[in-house]
Amino acid sequence: MKIELSHFSAALVFALCASIVFGITQKNDAKEMMRYGLKCFGMFFGGVIVASWLMWLLKH
Amino acid sequence: MANETAKTIPNKAAAVVEPEYPVTAMGVGALVAGWLVPGLGHFIQKRWIRGLLILCSVLCMFLFGLAMEGKIYTFNTGDLLEILGFFGNIGAGLLYFVARAQDWGQGNIHRALADYGTKFIIVAGLLNIISAIDAYHIGIGKKR
Repeated sequence: MKIELSHFSAALVFALCASIVFGITQKNDAKEMMRYGLKCFGMFFGGVIVASWLMWLLKH
Repeated sequence: MANETAKTIPNKAAAVVEPEYPVTAMGVGALVAGWLVPGLGHFIQKRWIRGLLILCSVLCMFLFGLAMEGKIYTFNTGDLLEILGFFGNIGAGLLYFVARAQDWGQGNIHRALADYGTKFIIVAGLLNIISAIDAYHIGIGKKR
């Protein structure tokens, strides 16, 4: 089976999966896990947006 | 004066005592189980939700990688990046062996998305290694 994902959606899937594992493995408490997971997801997502705008600026 | 400073620094460092965590059968078992099947190291220690989330995340990433026509590396002694790719892949445990047995993950150099898929498969393996080490830490009592 093959799937077609855009660069953005591939980055979102990556961010979601990696954030869940980071959250679970890097913290002790359930609340901290959730907070750290959300923080990681935000950093991944923010990084994608910032990198996209930087590439747009380089192109123009 | 300089010598005195150099002597005092190790003493301060030595004052911090790290608690020791002996290697236990549960710890080693959880490490191996967690490597072979994503999340199993947490399941055998009754961390059901954590195990399920790890299983879903690693499996999802590995399958997405395959569906994007990512490449699965075989054991090789050639290019350094290919060797590292192999070690990343083998971190996925049984998923890697099943994919190799089924001859999945041939890669496709004509698709940019296939390159993302290759990275997905490698990162799935690396995330599984982190999870297995986490299961080991729970097993030896270092983590709750």
